[in-house]
Amino acid sequence: MKAGLLGIEELGRAEIEAILARAKDFQPLQSQQLKKLDTLRGKMIVNLFYEASTRTRTSFEIAAKRLGADAVSITASGSSVTKGESLVDTLNTLAAMRPDAIVMRHSASGAPHFLSRYLETPIINAGDGTHEHPTQALLDARTILDRRASLEGLRVAIIGDIAHSRVARSNVHLLSKFGAEIVLCGPVSLLPVELAQLAPGVRLTTDITDAIKDCDVIMMLRVQLERQHEAAFPASEYFRFYGLRLEHLDLAKPEAIVMHPGPINRGRELSSEVADFQRSVILNQVENGIAVRMAVLEKVIG
Amino acid sequence: MSTLIKNGRVIDPASGTDRVADVLVAGGRIAGVGAELNAPGAEIFDATGLVVAPGFIDMHVHLREPGFEHAETIESGSRAAAAGGFTSVCPMPNTKPVNDSATVTSYIVERARRMAVVNVFPIGAITKGSAGEELAAIGNMKGAGAVAISDDGMPVMNARVMRRAMEFARSYDLPVIQHCEDLNLSAGGDMHEGAKSVRWGLRGIPAASEDVMVARDLLLAELTGVRYHVAHISTKRSIAMVAEARRKGMAVTCEATPHHFTLADEDMAPYDSNFKMKPPLRSGCDKGAVLDGIVAGTVSAIATDHAPHAGSEKMQEFERCPFGVIGLETALALALEQLIHTGKISLVRLVELFTTGPESVVRLGRGRLAQGTPGDVTIFSTEIEWTYDVNQSFSRSRNSPFDGRKFRGGPVATMVNGEFAWRR
Repeated sequence: MKAGLLGIEELGRAEIEAILARAKDFQPLQSQQLKKLDTLRGKMIVNLFYEASTRTRTSFEIAAKRLGADAVSITASGSSVTKGESLVDTLNTLAAMRPDAIVMRHSASGAPHFLSRYLETPIINAGDGTHEHPTQALLDARTILDRRASLEGLRVAIIGDIAHSRVARSNVHLLSKFGAEIVLCGPVSLLPVELAQLAPGVRLTTDITDAIKDCDVIMMLRVQLERQHEAAFPASEYFRFYGLRLEHLDLAKPEAIVMHPGPINRGRELSSEVADFQRSVILNQVENGIAVRMAVLEKVIG
Repeated sequence: MSTLIKNGRVIDPASGTDRVADVLVAGGRIAGVGAELNAPGAEIFDATGLVVAPGFIDMHVHLREPGFEHAETIESGSRAAAAGGFTSVCPMPNTKPVNDSATVTSYIVERARRMAVVNVFPIGAITKGSAGEELAAIGNMKGAGAVAISDDGMPVMNARVMRRAMEFARSYDLPVIQHCEDLNLSAGGDMHEGAKSVRWGLRGIPAASEDVMVARDLLLAELTGVRYHVAHISTKRSIAMVAEARRKGMAVTCEATPHHFTLADEDMAPYDSNFKMKPPLRSGCDKGAVLDGIVAGTVSAIATDHAPHAGSEKMQEFERCPFGVIGLETALALALEQLIHTGKISLVRLVELFTTGPESVVRLGRGRLAQGTPGDVTIFSTEIEWTYDVNQSFSRSRNSPFDGRKFRGGPVATMVNGEFAWRR
């Protein structure tokens, strides 16, 4: 029976720990001369991206290839979507070609959950609308754990367009399961009060200095203009109130790290200086993406 | 051709009847109600242990004809109605073309006369094409058989247009039925705005989008004196506002659907479009307020908002699926489950919600069970056990959140104008 990866919410601690531990095994491989294993030789992975993506799609493709699997990537603009085929029919067609897993990104929340009811092929969610982005939360956790012994008791500030962020939701679920304290920060229009009920240990604030004070990790989010159907916040003053600048970092703990799921917009959600700051781990996140996705692919198909 | 319905518990709210008696139906009308009636040659229907009530009226359905016959037709929808115990239904005007003229109204009436197994009383549009701008030919539609006006699903956003519509409706003594939704507040929403929508990353339809429209319309109803009816009421504040208007003596009524008094947003299966409708399934608190409104008498009618959609339309990403669920065949069973077996209301009150309640709004000249009234009879059991299998539905569509639900009580036979339209 299929067991893909649809979200973090339904995963247990042990499953998450196993993926993170396995990802750690794969980390050294990334800097070796010969990077390819044959764990998944003969396996086929379809990357189906209904939404623009550079890092996630490339990361999944590289992860598959480093495990020795074959990977095919399809983007919506070059597929039968433009010929009016329904999502279920497209997926059934692809499933008939017997891939071992389908990695899928879609702009509609729940699209992979809806499909998993009709499909035997395991689906790995590479981001569904404003719902979840499980591998992002896993690689974020891996990146934090490369620098901290445990997630328990850590204070994590997630700042920006929380309402439209699947990265925020997946991170909240993961961090909460491990006992971290999470502060979500943004303007009220991007911070619905119900977010506080998402998981235990979540607090909301509209004040960026309150969010950053004494925190161990600062996660900045991109303002997702493409998902806002009206101006939820005047763009011209966003940076002034919710952009991360160097002076903010003095409020955090001395060793605090700055994270961002990318793509970053310098001068919108964080200043250029912060992006290049020594404790900014944005590129480490990207690097860990491959190790984490290798661990996920191995778990799902291996 | 006559039928003698023997020994049932006859409940007729209009006359205050609630006793075991026989009902004789002859020549398409009720020929008598009484003890030990004799009718040589009449077909005998043994209703021992069953409730015999006036034919149920569903004042809010979508039969999809003309224009969307792949999802439902007047015939298939009427068969589903009969199987749900309904003898009269009022289809909303959002067909293609929209029922905004006497021509379309006449077409529906004529098709129903030939194809339907229950009585069909169309509701006309408020504005041309339900576009919210220019008033439809309201008087002409009434002449062709329309019993109310509504732009259901496309609420009249312009207050000035709504005011004029109310004034015209009052001139012709027609009720105005509003699907209360401020389209600017609800734009883009897929489900009730609350903890679940935030968790699932789905865009929300705030309760305030309904409340704002109810508030505006009640002010306009007071201004114009029209008979005003809130369709499928779903929020606590809207219930409170309607209750207040009724206390003031205004001619204001509202209906509740079985899905809104049975389910809340937390009962939804994630991303399952069989739980997607407008108004959306609200919070548990709102659901409780709708139930309380039924108990308190604020709600006058139970209506299904039966909204068929073909499987292909509902088998998509949640945000792409159309709004609406079918409900004719499960309405009575859900009402029994939620209102009778919980002890919330009496059986007389339940029958009222399906008969005299909607009748007081749409005035079909039905909803009573007394000598000389039309031979529309709904016979139901409060006890029979059955399971709803949506694939056995008479509807052409399958979009129900209640597939597989086990019920205690439901319709047993439906008689329309003296003939059985359906028997279990």
